[in-house]
Amino acid sequence: MTTLFTAEPTLGTRIAWDASSRLEVLDQLEAEAIHIIREVVAEFERPVLLFSGGKDSVVVLHLARKAFWPGRVPFPVLHVDTGHNFPEVLAFRDETVARLGIRLEVARVQEYLDDGRLQERADRTRNPLQTQPLLDAIAAGRHDAVFGGARRDEDKARAKERILSLRDEFGQWDPRNQRPELWSLYNGRHTPGQHVRAFPISNWTELDVWRYLERERIELPPLYFAHEREVFRRDGMWRAVGEHSLPRPDEPVERRTVRYRTVGDMSCTGAVESDAADLAAVTAEVAASTLTERGATRADDRISEAAMEDRKKDGYF
Amino acid sequence: MSTLLRLATAGSVDDGKSTLVGRLLHDAKAILADQFAQIESASRARGFGGDAGGFDFALLTDGLRAEREQGITIDVAYRYFATDRRSFILADCPGHVQYTRNMVTGATTADAVVVLVDARKGVLEQTRRHLAVVRLLRVPHVVVAVNKIDLLDYEAEPFERVAEEVAAVARELGLDGVHVIPVSALAGDNVVERSANTPWYRGPALLELLEALPSAAELAAESADDGEPFRLDVQLVLRPQGALAPELAAVPGAEAEYRDYRAFAGRITAGVVRPGDRVHVLPAGVTTTVVAVDTADGELSEARAPRSVALRLADEVDAARGAVVVAASAVPDTVRELEAELFQLDARPLLPGARVLVKAGTATVPALVAEITGRRDLDTLRTEAADRLETNDIGRAVLRLGAALPVEEYAASRAAGGFLVIHQQDGATLAAGTRSSA
Repeated sequence: MTTLFTAEPTLGTRIAWDASSRLEVLDQLEAEAIHIIREVVAEFERPVLLFSGGKDSVVVLHLARKAFWPGRVPFPVLHVDTGHNFPEVLAFRDETVARLGIRLEVARVQEYLDDGRLQERADRTRNPLQTQPLLDAIAAGRHDAVFGGARRDEDKARAKERILSLRDEFGQWDPRNQRPELWSLYNGRHTPGQHVRAFPISNWTELDVWRYLERERIELPPLYFAHEREVFRRDGMWRAVGEHSLPRPDEPVERRTVRYRTVGDMSCTGAVESDAADLAAVTAEVAASTLTERGATRADDRISEAAMEDRKKDGYF
Repeated sequence: MSTLLRLATAGSVDDGKSTLVGRLLHDAKAILADQFAQIESASRARGFGGDAGGFDFALLTDGLRAEREQGITIDVAYRYFATDRRSFILADCPGHVQYTRNMVTGATTADAVVVLVDARKGVLEQTRRHLAVVRLLRVPHVVVAVNKIDLLDYEAEPFERVAEEVAAVARELGLDGVHVIPVSALAGDNVVERSANTPWYRGPALLELLEALPSAAELAAESADDGEPFRLDVQLVLRPQGALAPELAAVPGAEAEYRDYRAFAGRITAGVVRPGDRVHVLPAGVTTTVVAVDTADGELSEARAPRSVALRLADEVDAARGAVVVAASAVPDTVRELEAELFQLDARPLLPGARVLVKAGTATVPALVAEITGRRDLDTLRTEAADRLETNDIGRAVLRLGAALPVEEYAASRAAGGFLVIHQQDGATLAAGTRSSA
């Protein structure tokens, strides 16, 4: 038998699992995630994976490959392009889908701004603007299930999210009326117009994700590793200088060695100073970190105590 | 090597559960600086702790706006922390609203449940009910944390009185091996480290115990034989012909090698499987041999629950999603009349004659609530007469199934004995069920 890993030299070969040992944490989390992905594919007509090129969606895509091996991933991926994405991440996205033979659907925030369906916010942040293009793309693709890489440890509103989360035709999340989730039995029944968000790595922590990326030798966009970049200081974070992220006169530009812990919209994602240049170094750094990834690098979640909850209720992922 | 323990916490109003959870997370260093700062400032804004200020641990788990505004916990929240020895998934089950629903949710997946008791109040009605649910859902380990011992000057006698009450309730309910620990969540006594304030207590601190308890998966793996007989509920059939993974399609000869590939994908529900094992496939009723246990990482010489695999079988078997592959030596009976314990979760009552769906394993079939035979008195677990089940009721019923299913006795298998009762039209989960003929 050819395995996923001998077939693809970039991933390297893994040591066969020692049957006599107990299942390690990552093995258990992987088994759970593969189970969830297979359940959704078996029970829904037209699933799609939200794929940003960020580490969490990269992990979900990797798990989907393992779930259907030796077949191909049986669903397309969807990216909501804010127009402010890092070019390196878009290149990674395109290279990945081409290599895996997966169809890519793109919903563009820029098109909504151009024709006036959406307006640019005063703070220029486009994260909250993603919701409408996302819901339109889900409806246009007639997707009844949408995989996402969200994790419960990311935010206190996400801590209450189900693995399968029912959304109405407006994409609304009703945290007070969620289905109880019992044993490993996921109830995906829904009525026309409703869809389900599915989060296979709900139970993973940031550190689990990095340990898994390292163990499986999964490729990531280069932004995640230490590199030199022109940056300026804002809201206690290092922000990249770019077309959509310009310093104000009182924000001096410096050259620093930085990396990103999350990869999102350039206008609201900050970098951290770091020398961690490979997966092992990043994993070690994350293990020792005293800040959460969102606290360290996401301006949008600092708006209020309930910023994430409010976005989620409106159909955000 | 680090292992995983799924933990649920339950308690009554004001017993200090949020403080305990906060303390565990804090002392296990799972609260990072920015979260700490956020909670500190929110605590101050709400006037918590008066002028001196304070740290309202409840804000850690009360993630929703409505929860913080009303000072109550609405829904189960999941928290994650790890020590050098173990990773924990903690389902924090609120005690106020819909406590049975929340408790059931937390208990179905938990390896261990920590029930909080206020040392000054002892065992309350809600404590008994939490323990009853834990008993009915067969959580492997039960820990009762007797909290607020600091308010009783760390005296042994009040703790021992509560411990005896707990033991009496456990006996009544048929709960074995309940661990009872004196703690102060606020002061940190016996939470992470053993306290010098309780020299009369010789047992482990709470976290110490949680690090040592074997999880359900470990209990199965460590049993002398292979534990429960092998069972895999088929999720889907992998037949990649024409759609091989591109990196595989590029390998010379792969198209031919995989032309007839057919494997039954699923997560091992129970037991162990090895190539060469004799297995029986339901409902096809065919006995055959396992040729290979496949994963993307290669063939395995042995795999056990809860691993996700794909089985290749020696003979052509007519099987699809909903089929079950079991050890040929231990074929479970299939049932059309399902005698069950039902945990009513929906706000609407469940009545005899209701047409519903039952989801068990990977099979979903139409079903009729043929009879409701009684309701549990949760103080005693005795069954009393009832002809309907209201929200939060636990009762006994007979369901007639549209197809015979191999649902097992829950007492014999937690993984294969539970099922969902689902509303036909709107898809809501109406009740959790466990097969129990007793």
